[in-house]
Amino acid sequence: MASEQTKKHPYHMVEPSPWPAIGTLAAFIMAIGGVWYMKGGTIYLFATGLLILFWVSYRWWRDVVAESRNGVDHTNVVRLGLRMGMVLFIASEVMFFFAFFWAYFHSSMPIFSLVAPESWPPKGVVPLDAWSVPFLNTVILLSSGATVTFAHHALLQGNAKKTARWLLLTVLLGLTFTGFQAYEYVHATFTFTGGIYSSTFYLATGFHGFHVIVGTIFLFVCWRRAKAEHFTPEAHVGFEAAAWYWHFVDVVWLFLFVWVYWWGGSGAVAG
Amino acid sequence: MANETTVAEAAPAKAHGNGHENGHGHHPTGWRRWLFSTNHKDIGTMYIVLSLVAALVGGAMSFLIRLELAEPGIQYNLFWLDNEAAYLQFYNVLVTGHGFIMVFFVVMPAMIGGFGNWFVPLLIGAPDMAFPRMNNISFWLLAASLVLLLIAAFTQGGPGTGWTVYPPLSNAEFHPGAAVDLGILSLHLAGASSVLGAVNFITTIFNMRAPGLVIHRMPLFVWAILVTAFLLLLAIPVLAGALTMLLTDRNFGTAFFDAARGGDPVLWQQLFWFFGHPEVYIIIIPAFGIISQVISTFSKKPIFGYLGMAYAMVFIGFVGFIVWAHHLYTSGLDVDTRAYFVSATLIIAVPTGIKIFSWLATMWGGSIDFRTPMLFACGFIFLFVMGGVTGVALANAGMDIAFHDTYFVVAHFHYVMAIAAVFAMFAGFYYWIGKMSGRQYPRVLARVHFWMFFIGVNVVFFPQHFLGMAGMPRRIPDYPDAYAGWNYVSSVGSYLTTASTLLFFYIIWRTLRSGEKVAANQWGEGATTLEWTVDSPAPFHTHEDLPDMREKQPAE
Repeated sequence: MASEQTKKHPYHMVEPSPWPAIGTLAAFIMAIGGVWYMKGGTIYLFATGLLILFWVSYRWWRDVVAESRNGVDHTNVVRLGLRMGMVLFIASEVMFFFAFFWAYFHSSMPIFSLVAPESWPPKGVVPLDAWSVPFLNTVILLSSGATVTFAHHALLQGNAKKTARWLLLTVLLGLTFTGFQAYEYVHATFTFTGGIYSSTFYLATGFHGFHVIVGTIFLFVCWRRAKAEHFTPEAHVGFEAAAWYWHFVDVVWLFLFVWVYWWGGSGAVAG
Repeated sequence: MANETTVAEAAPAKAHGNGHENGHGHHPTGWRRWLFSTNHKDIGTMYIVLSLVAALVGGAMSFLIRLELAEPGIQYNLFWLDNEAAYLQFYNVLVTGHGFIMVFFVVMPAMIGGFGNWFVPLLIGAPDMAFPRMNNISFWLLAASLVLLLIAAFTQGGPGTGWTVYPPLSNAEFHPGAAVDLGILSLHLAGASSVLGAVNFITTIFNMRAPGLVIHRMPLFVWAILVTAFLLLLAIPVLAGALTMLLTDRNFGTAFFDAARGGDPVLWQQLFWFFGHPEVYIIIIPAFGIISQVISTFSKKPIFGYLGMAYAMVFIGFVGFIVWAHHLYTSGLDVDTRAYFVSATLIIAVPTGIKIFSWLATMWGGSIDFRTPMLFACGFIFLFVMGGVTGVALANAGMDIAFHDTYFVVAHFHYVMAIAAVFAMFAGFYYWIGKMSGRQYPRVLARVHFWMFFIGVNVVFFPQHFLGMAGMPRRIPDYPDAYAGWNYVSSVGSYLTTASTLLFFYIIWRTLRSGEKVAANQWGEGATTLEWTVDSPAPFHTHEDLPDMREKQPAE
């Protein structure tokens, strides 16, 4: 890196990179392919775009990881910027879920919607029992929040082995959660197209599930990086970002559990 | 573009001093320089080019709309469409496309992507943006989004939903086919672009200011981009959620907006405008920033009430999130709800008043130089006040029952937000083109452009107040004879406006081709901000030696 000798500032001047343009191409193919699929065509074009996106993500982040380890680019200031970026990204994600909670409350409360169902859950819908699998999943996800914190403490002590072990446990808890969610979806009595209850339930919990999967992959990458001793007690932005993301997913779940599963399943709005 | 060579030649001379061949001093050339760019100036230039291209498309659409409305009756002004139903749908597509393109692909790319990218790093003394690679994907996603939208317009009749995409008009029953789905995905890509751009700007502004350039000394354009970025960050994802619901309603059998199955079309209106109202501030707040820089420069005075100006924008941004339902007064809201939204909306007049009067107070007693950017800034103030006054009228729920969906609303928002923003874009263009290209615009032609455009847009939009008060509805291609007179005047105005736009493109060409070279600070003593301390055109990399602002006066 030429900047090693000549750079007079703490910032990271990134080299030109093909990944943004190729990533955009992937997104464009996914959009066209997605419309094609939705209008009755095959899914292969969409899948092609998705595969390119995975590949680009892998290469792009591999570059970032390499930059973080070359001893030059990721100064204290740059690491602070990366953390800010992650916090801001999570803030935007919060607003994405805000939309689905808005749809949920609007649809479930007659004071908001003039055409809302007379009761919630609407007549004929048998909701899932909040204190059965959903509560178990709450315990699992909260526990995973604790295990990722144990991993963080181990990391701060410079114990890479212990960090990796706690991270692996966190990943396994995340996978367990996803498995139970899939089980619930398969066994729910209300179908995806069954009306407004199904719509709000499946899109809110579905997007949460998608974020759990993304967070699990993120933690999985951190597990591999912890094993490879990429993290130091001073510099471990990737780990912090994954942990923050995981806590965000955790908090969204708590809102889902309280309002969608518990309150929403309790017959709170009676007909 | 003629200036590419000058930028490319100027840059290596400075940065190659270190003797390294493979570091960041080695500048990319050819198509890789643009496609793979990690340079805030190149990316800013690409945003501006995209905005100019989109402006031609969106402007042509508005011209076609005015041609149709020039006289009562259906004009069939596009002779190849002999099917009236298809033509009426095409008219709706024009209205929709004009709105989308002007908002997402002209104003936002020019002001945030273009001027924001170019000048936020220059103004805060940073060598680039915080995340240069992410900056590039923000741009390319927007380009892909524009292509998708244009594909949508030519697919199965196109999306004729208006830019608000209200169901049931936008659902699968009334818009079967792929056009609306392509439009939705286009907006998803534009939204991803905006969110990533917002993260980038906020991080850059918080983390990369030059030593001593504390928050309360930042130039007001930087404040404006900061506030705008927060609005983007928090408003766009709500639109993304709503669009996703519409997509699944259309294609996968959900019922969010389907009243027959417990959903509610008004939910869309709530979600859309919770995004949509901040969105109009996303358009106008960067304009505030540009106007503040320009008025301060050409009055040769620091801006009056700097902190008040900064926090007025912060307050406008905040209030922008809690007034959305004033777009829904006719949707059956509870009367107390409407009372709240009237009050909250009227409060916006306070911070906007602070801005107007502070601009006037900046000019007061200043040594005013009416260069072209200053002309456009004064035009901006006139238009913004005009639109603001009608906004106070529209804010009242009772009056809005009569005004809703009439041309009065069209006149209002074009004055306060759309044309005002375009005036700020022109002000910014003439103010900064010397820094971007190293060349001076042709002065006389630029003045002609200002007066043609100023008269043109007022002739277009002022009569629309009368049409609206007389009850002419929006988005309708035909009207009773009683509305003929003012519609004709309005269309004549659009001929003048279109001619002035063509003149503007000629001015760009003249500037880049044969404009005279300008010095680092072409505006003299009034131009105190950091961009005027670097060469014109600005070298490929700037501020690699961070400027020390600890000893300097506040740079407002």
